[in-house]
Amino acid sequence: MERVAIIGVSQTKYTQNNPLTFAELVYQVTTEALEDAGITIQDIDNVVSVSSDFWDGRTISSMAISDASGAYGKDITTVEGDGTFGALYGLMRTLSGSFNTTLVVAHHKGTESNMKGITNTAFDPLVERRLGLDAISSAALQARRYMTKYGLKEEQFALVSVKNHGNAMRNPLALFPMEITVEDVMNSRKIADPLKLLDCSPVTDGAAAIILATEHVAKKLVPPKKCVWVKGVGHCSDAFRLGDRDLADTRALTAAAKRAYSLAGIQDPCRELDLAEVYDAFSYMEPLWLEGLGIAPEGMACEYLERGKFDFHGQLPVNPSGGRISTHPVQVAGLSELVECALQLRGEAGDRQVEGARTALAHGINGMCGQAHCVWILGK
Amino acid sequence: MGKRVGIIGVGQTHHASQRLDASGVELIAEAVTRALDDAELTVKDIDAVVIGNMDHFENINYVDMWAVDGLGAVMKPVFKVTTGGTTGTTIAACAFYTVASGLFDVVLAVGWEKNSESDTQAAVATCANPVLERDFFAGAIGPLATEYSMYMKAYGATEEDAAIVAARERNNALNNPYAHVRQAVTVEDVLKSPMLSYPIKFLDMCPRSDGACAVIFAVEEKAKKLCPKPAWVHASVVRHDYTHFGDLEWTFMPTLERASAEAYKLAGITNPLKEFDVAELYLPASTCGVKWMDSLWFCEHGEAPKLVRKGVFDMDGELPVNPSGGVICTNPIGATGLIRVGEAAWQIMGRAGARQVENARLALVTGFGGCSWSDVMILGADLP
Amino acid sequence: MSDWKKSITPMVFPGKIAVPYTWTVGSTLSKFYCELRDNGKIWANKCPACKTVFVPPKVKCIHCYRDPSIWVELPGTGTVESYTIVRYEEPMLHPRKAPFVYGLIKMDGADTCMVHIIDEIEPEKVKVGMRVEAVLSENREGNILDISHFRPVK
Repeated sequence: MERVAIIGVSQTKYTQNNPLTFAELVYQVTTEALEDAGITIQDIDNVVSVSSDFWDGRTISSMAISDASGAYGKDITTVEGDGTFGALYGLMRTLSGSFNTTLVVAHHKGTESNMKGITNTAFDPLVERRLGLDAISSAALQARRYMTKYGLKEEQFALVSVKNHGNAMRNPLALFPMEITVEDVMNSRKIADPLKLLDCSPVTDGAAAIILATEHVAKKLVPPKKCVWVKGVGHCSDAFRLGDRDLADTRALTAAAKRAYSLAGIQDPCRELDLAEVYDAFSYMEPLWLEGLGIAPEGMACEYLERGKFDFHGQLPVNPSGGRISTHPVQVAGLSELVECALQLRGEAGDRQVEGARTALAHGINGMCGQAHCVWILGK
Repeated sequence: MGKRVGIIGVGQTHHASQRLDASGVELIAEAVTRALDDAELTVKDIDAVVIGNMDHFENINYVDMWAVDGLGAVMKPVFKVTTGGTTGTTIAACAFYTVASGLFDVVLAVGWEKNSESDTQAAVATCANPVLERDFFAGAIGPLATEYSMYMKAYGATEEDAAIVAARERNNALNNPYAHVRQAVTVEDVLKSPMLSYPIKFLDMCPRSDGACAVIFAVEEKAKKLCPKPAWVHASVVRHDYTHFGDLEWTFMPTLERASAEAYKLAGITNPLKEFDVAELYLPASTCGVKWMDSLWFCEHGEAPKLVRKGVFDMDGELPVNPSGGVICTNPIGATGLIRVGEAAWQIMGRAGARQVENARLALVTGFGGCSWSDVMILGADLP
Repeated sequence: MSDWKKSITPMVFPGKIAVPYTWTVGSTLSKFYCELRDNGKIWANKCPACKTVFVPPKVKCIHCYRDPSIWVELPGTGTVESYTIVRYEEPMLHPRKAPFVYGLIKMDGADTCMVHIIDEIEPEKVKVGMRVEAVLSENREGNILDISHFRPVK
């Protein structure tokens, strides 16, 4: 793979009921990402936007933001899904020989929408949709299956919420920084057993942008310290119906990670990675995905978590940003992970800086219960 | 440097106003199976998949996830792209870049729509800005009718010019077994058909269809091995420059001018009317088959009606446009642009049956959608 | 932010996308629902290549991309593989008032699970591994709620 760098990044402060329009959010992060790279919109030769007609309440939702992304007179396209998939397409366009600099931008104003109604439409209208399933109730089925398969306890999942809300205290952009205890999580309102309020992520508004460039152009446009290199990427989808999968089996994630690791030359992720941002839309997802990523053996991630291995000062800090569980701008989320990893590798992550970070992993999901995964490895 | 990319297989469903026999997933499986057969591959040979449609036509969120059974994409890399009417060409471009990137060798591109499942106009209307334009200037026909009436006023084009295009395309569709509307019509029939929105009449306008299309793209080395005559991708360019209908130019098609000029430059084309052997153009109404010919640089502004009347774009003309019958005969929206790519590829591969243009070696493809957006793709028999 | 922005109260327009939908059921699921509605039977289909049995039936085998062309009748019993007690009200979506239970039920005679509602038991008493059976609705219309719910096998 030819070398591609992330040369500029930006993200908004994440809030609820953000008064800015989609276009204003996108304009803000586009402008700031260009400023971060020290380049102008003329230096960008194509744009990938990430938006969803469902969340935006508008058909051809990309029509709302193409001008704001500076795409006038340029090639632009739209990925619908998590930001990691948008960035993946941006990477492939950058590698294709047709473009040299790609802006990837995502926005989300989920607090204007109805999350349960929108995620219910991800289920087959011919079968499960009529049962009223949504992102939360299906995740609860996955959480229980995971507990059953490996004999795990709700208290262990609660640790994720405690750790990540605590990490968010160091992140001024996070929505819900909180110092909480396992008891607080256990006593929070029951939503869909075994999930309680503090096991679930909050729908959040915000936007993020990254700028990708081929090596020869990156070296011309920005100083070396701004460059964060794409080392590897992989994506893969499992079966659609919940009942067709073993919800505690993360084989699609394992396949995606295998590809990303092989491109990046990583053999032992647990030792070779310095930090990981994984998609913890619900508390239980963090350990489940860590197992799929080969960072913990099957069924063991919760035990590692208890031993503090994934703490901010642990062996491999996981979600030092505070994770999705404290800030969840759907679709933006994976792109914001890439922004976080880039800042960490540049040594510009402020209070949440992981000392000496040289290699980082970002992970996004699509579909219900993590049907599809996209894994990124970034390096200094 | 990116890899060179060729199209090695195409499949499409038999399109219809309503395919009651097949669910969305079944429709997708039908197109995918036919594309695999056309390329003589199995689903195991596919390295990655890209799919697209328009969400509000079927109300299915995460279509890429829902469709994996039909796509044969379980345990494969897959994601979704979508840009409104241009979705089909957006999917093709995505598959092209995916292969060109060197990350995947054989990529399956799938577009589909079951427009019978919703109120197409009600869904399309929500594309307009909800605070500014949604209430009064939305839906597909209004802007198209406006742009042609402006063109008529500026250059003296007529309703009959559009009717000639409509009759040409509808009669071409008689040669296409996959087309949704296959009915011989005369220019008079078109002119006498009910007025929808002046000057566009019923037979000038595209239908909405149920259908799917699948196209397989492969990297140079594999394409050469797997296909006797791949259709090589010479250029892919899009311009989506507008977000408000009120900002548009009306007497020419600015995004089509800009996208095609850039694509011609990339492919080294200086005289498009002479150099192209065939074109599959996304013309949502026959009026576009007049006005937009100017904007594809086939002639000076305002001269397209002359070319249309001379029969330049007929099957036996200098540059046959839409041998398939085009969009006014078949329009499963998320697939429509990809069908243009697939039909043009078949022309290059010599697999276009009764609608084959003899010795087609260079083909022009366009996509249209959103706020008067244009996509252009150029396919050729020779390596780019 | 410019000064003039301080003096305005930003507005939000309410909106709703109201588009009516119909969904073509297709041959595979039409057979499933007709059998369920007319004969009160639960049918699965089986891949001739890898022998996986799917319920509800599939258009294509997820492993082989073959038509699962062999039809198999199931007894309608199964084992709870996972469940959740839903505690929130969502009257536009949910067919029951909360609290109610969704189960992931491994169906006897099939290799896949069905998601459905578990009822006729106190929610807190549902357990993984519990044996359950399908209870059919009296008035069946040809959809997934023709199975009213699953209940513990007595």
